[in-house]
Amino acid sequence: MSTPDQQRPGAGDEDQGIAVVARTQGQLVRRRFFRHRLAMISLVVFVAILVLSFSSTGIGPIPGWWKHDYTTIGTVVDGGRPTLSVVPGFLGGDGIHLGEHPFGQDNKGIDYFALTMRGTQISLMIAFIVGGLGSFIGVLIGAAAGFFRGWTETILMRFTDVIIIMPLLAIVAVIANQAGNAGPFWLAVVIALFTWTGLARIVRGEFLSLREKEFVEAARAAGTPAWRIIRKHILPNTLGVILVSATLSLAGAVILETALSFLGFGVKPPDTSLGRLVSVYQGAFVTRPWLFIWPGVFIVAIALTVNFIGDGLRDAFDPRQNKVRS
Amino acid sequence: MTSTTPSSDAVLDVQNLVKHFPLTTGIVFKRHVGSVQAVDGVSFELRKGETLGVVGESGCGKSTLAKLLMRLEEPTSGRVMYNGENIYDLRGKALREMRRKIQIVFQDPYSSLNPRMTVGDIVGEPYEIHPEAAPKGQRRAKVQELLDIVGLNPEHINRYPHQFSGGQRQRIGIARGLALRPDVIICDEPVSALDVSVQAQVVNLLESLQDEFGLSYIFIAHDLSVVRHISDRVAVMYLGRVAEIGSDAQIYEKPTHPYTQALLSAVPVPDPSVRGQRQQILLSGDVPSPASPPSGCRFRTRCWKATDLCAEQTPELVVRPGSDHESACHYADVREDVVVHH
Repeated sequence: MSTPDQQRPGAGDEDQGIAVVARTQGQLVRRRFFRHRLAMISLVVFVAILVLSFSSTGIGPIPGWWKHDYTTIGTVVDGGRPTLSVVPGFLGGDGIHLGEHPFGQDNKGIDYFALTMRGTQISLMIAFIVGGLGSFIGVLIGAAAGFFRGWTETILMRFTDVIIIMPLLAIVAVIANQAGNAGPFWLAVVIALFTWTGLARIVRGEFLSLREKEFVEAARAAGTPAWRIIRKHILPNTLGVILVSATLSLAGAVILETALSFLGFGVKPPDTSLGRLVSVYQGAFVTRPWLFIWPGVFIVAIALTVNFIGDGLRDAFDPRQNKVRS
Repeated sequence: MTSTTPSSDAVLDVQNLVKHFPLTTGIVFKRHVGSVQAVDGVSFELRKGETLGVVGESGCGKSTLAKLLMRLEEPTSGRVMYNGENIYDLRGKALREMRRKIQIVFQDPYSSLNPRMTVGDIVGEPYEIHPEAAPKGQRRAKVQELLDIVGLNPEHINRYPHQFSGGQRQRIGIARGLALRPDVIICDEPVSALDVSVQAQVVNLLESLQDEFGLSYIFIAHDLSVVRHISDRVAVMYLGRVAEIGSDAQIYEKPTHPYTQALLSAVPVPDPSVRGQRQQILLSGDVPSPASPPSGCRFRTRCWKATDLCAEQTPELVVRPGSDHESACHYADVREDVVVHH
């Protein structure tokens, strides 16, 4: 049907050798993500932490495979020193074995591995609720403000400003003190309700610039409803920003929970979290460093892996990344 | 009901279209301090199967006009009649129908395609909005057919816009515009972002599509030779108003408005032997701000013919004595010494 003077400019060089395989967007994203080495390593480590923490001490009615639980008080053996040994015998060590208390015991004789795993569970839960709920609120408010503009924008963004000027730690400490008594879930919800503001501003800014793009005008010209324009045309183009911000806030939530627990407003005993463990045993750093180091290692591992995974996701969702032939 | 009598085959009848953008100060208590008169009383009609070229310099309201015709902006006043109905009165189903029938091709092929969507999704999206235009099972085939029509490889349906060149991207934009089989396509400077060699390809493509599908075009551009090549009729705009409108030959061979004459005299001539025979008109000064346009004739501040009459009385766009087409100048007068003769 094309006229003779219109050669197909695309049908040249590269097509002759390599067949272009049709792939869906999802397949492309997966392929690009799996090629991202650091993100894949992080994902493996992160999943390992997740599985280890939830399977070892169990959750709710499901029992874990670890022989101790995190509340049983026992006799302190060898000053609570960790029995974990990773140096093989021929190198002058004690051989590779876990021993009775691989991470040691605290001063009441509670198995510290069980305690750390429970703390990891709670911290992960808080992190995901804050990351998920906080990002959801932030995207919702930012998107509505940026897309509809006018009074909607004024009201939403001034409301955001009000939340921003509140001294976060003080407010969260007061409310979280109450919420902390109600359990870590409500603590996470309260933190989420005060940490969405940064993302809302970023998303609004992105929307403001994207809504003026010609491809959005083209969609409007075809009669596309507002909801579909937001979902199909604008949101996917802000995905990178949202993912980075969400992973940062996830890692930030672990830190914020740590800070709150450190101040005594976070998770209440007998339950525990990584932040609480660090804060309770910070004084023991010189004498019994394992009480401080183990939860610290897990905090750092979670924060780092989540950030790298977010990095990998952002790259994977960007079709302009040319690492994989599409 | 209509102020002008449209010929029976008019597809779009634009009547006295006005768009003023308010200028305000203050954040909460907005104070109206004036308005940018982007489009100020534009009237013309677009006939079936014809191409109406719209030319004018930057900031004269061409793109605002395009957005108004697409109803991407609501006008301050005026009407655009399509199928006997004012498009600004349409709601719901009728509005959707109008959106199907009037489509647009944008200027910048780099920002007019969503970088996150494949070509297939971009060209096929109109079918998602208007499911009645193509049954679900046939959409992919239809998209591939469209890609073939605009001269792209249908195999490239799964590629992303960044994998194409500027000219190819513009073809994707045209394919998207064609998807719903519109009556009218508004081309908002479709070739000005492209290389000259690619411009010709795209213009030729638009022309062959017009023959094939019986399309009517409004072709907005600032390149006079491209407009001449593709247009049947041409409207010259200056500061939100139409200065002169007429057929291709009338505007380019017998311009009567001083602004048109000045524009034409500025067109570069490829043939050096002809160059000296032409009068060059050099306009002094800048285009006045559309926020405070001059009284009367808007061109009078830069016109060599301007008199007191021009400041007092706004010249109507009517057929002037001694000429055969409409011109908005009190002193309209054919002048051929500025014209490039072919």
